[in-house]
Amino acid sequence: MEARGVLAPAPGSAPALRRVAAQAAMELRLQLRNGEQLLLTLAIPILVLVVFSVAPVLGVRDRVAFLLPGVIGLAVMSTAFTGQAIATGFDRRHGVLKRLGATPLGRSGLILGKTAAMLGVEAIQVVVLGLVALGLGWRPHGSVAGALLLILLGTAAFSGLGLLLAGLLRAEATLAAANLVYLVLLVVGGVVFPVSDLPAAVRGPAELLPITALTDGLRAALGEGGLPARDLVELAVWAVLGAGLASATFRWE
Amino acid sequence: MAGVALEVTDLVKRYGPRAALDGVSLSAGLGAVTAILGPNGAGKTTLVEICEGFRRQDTGQVRVLGLDPGREGRRLRPLIGVMLQQGGIYPAARPREMLELVAAYYANPLDPAALLRRLGLLEVAGVPCRRLSGGQRQRLSLALAIVGRPAMVFLDEPTTGLDPQARQAAWELISELRRDGVTVILTTHYLEEAERLADRVVIIDRGRVVAQGAPAELTEAGARRRLEFRARPGLDLAGLAAALPSGHVAREVSPGHYVVEGEIGPRVVAEVATWCADRGVLPGDLRIESRSLEDVFLELTGRELRS
Repeated sequence: MEARGVLAPAPGSAPALRRVAAQAAMELRLQLRNGEQLLLTLAIPILVLVVFSVAPVLGVRDRVAFLLPGVIGLAVMSTAFTGQAIATGFDRRHGVLKRLGATPLGRSGLILGKTAAMLGVEAIQVVVLGLVALGLGWRPHGSVAGALLLILLGTAAFSGLGLLLAGLLRAEATLAAANLVYLVLLVVGGVVFPVSDLPAAVRGPAELLPITALTDGLRAALGEGGLPARDLVELAVWAVLGAGLASATFRWE
Repeated sequence: MAGVALEVTDLVKRYGPRAALDGVSLSAGLGAVTAILGPNGAGKTTLVEICEGFRRQDTGQVRVLGLDPGREGRRLRPLIGVMLQQGGIYPAARPREMLELVAAYYANPLDPAALLRRLGLLEVAGVPCRRLSGGQRQRLSLALAIVGRPAMVFLDEPTTGLDPQARQAAWELISELRRDGVTVILTTHYLEEAERLADRVVIIDRGRVVAQGAPAELTEAGARRRLEFRARPGLDLAGLAAALPSGHVAREVSPGHYVVEGEIGPRVVAEVATWCADRGVLPGDLRIESRSLEDVFLELTGRELRS
């Protein structure tokens, strides 16, 4: 019997946890390496937090305490919706979804890895924004658990919608649309300006948006504390809607 | 052949009114290299993508290592390695990272660094993949296909766009895969590649298998029919015609260019040599025409392989 060569078959999958962990680490590195993505996920939220905390343009008493929940909401949206939609569009364009979906990682492993990376980016965003807010004089209060629950539900809602967008449009169109939506929701979603200040015609629809539910809920959770039931339900509805529509329209290649 | 690695029966796949595969049946041996040869648009990629589980056939059956890629993909995926014709690589990832990522999906992967060195990618291992040349990307794809130590690999045009040196390296790797017992299915439109690497060649054209067999079987099917040589012009061929077995024709097709047509065996060659020797003539450029796969292809399909 001749010696087995180095290339001799020895097929088999690694344990699921190792596959998903490797995928998550890769996706996380790629997101942190992407300059345009970092602009949306970190630079703009930090800038908004700092500028509107320092400049007395908002008619609220504690500006940092008002802005931090807003920019956390913005940060979650930028990662779960904007970043997710754009990355997915281009991953499909580059055949990555097709290729990696056909390895032992599988499609479910790919989605789990992407989700874990997304939560990793959000953790970095929340910590960085929290530290900046502390530097601006913010004192933590309210319910951290409530805030985390809102962030998770918000992530579910936004990533479903992000995947829906990526499923409907080509990569370039997804890029444009996701950035446009980011900008519009930044203005009307209660990130910087209270929704109650919006003109009546815009206010009704704006109150139904997932970004409004998220910023509004975070403001309640990090303010007086407790669980803002209405916002949680709204986000849950968006999450179910987004996931359902995304799975019906999603294309792997 | 120790066993059958791939069994395809009556495969049909239509895109709208056009049949990309129109009743394809073929088999590939375990541990052998099988080349699927055909011009662009013949249906090669559709065929391998059904075998890999990327597409579903309309009708017909596929068994890859005994499994149905459409229904048993989860069991099949760890056993096979896939090299797509293009894509499948994160443009912002580096070759080392990309290979280590895919290696982490498998239980007993090859050493990524050794594979990078072997394929000449060590110098670019830390460069974003988007900056790799086409040939470098191609070699990375090949590495990604085999890093999991698969029992069977599907290589879709593995050397298209490679320079001669890189093609040589890829050929050596494929030969080594075969030697180490890996089953290889490769598509190609390079005859040389099929002739050199493959134990078995399947020629497809317009979604149909037009021939399959060992390269030698295909090229030798049908006897050799033509012998040519050069000598001084104007030799009298009457004596030669008389010496040859009946049914053979000897002609001077242009001045000094002689052709003998008919079944060319060793006796015929000896007669021609004797006839020349009797006249004190040294036959120049004596050659017995053998068919190449290209000739076989042309005969079967009426088409040039490379369009």
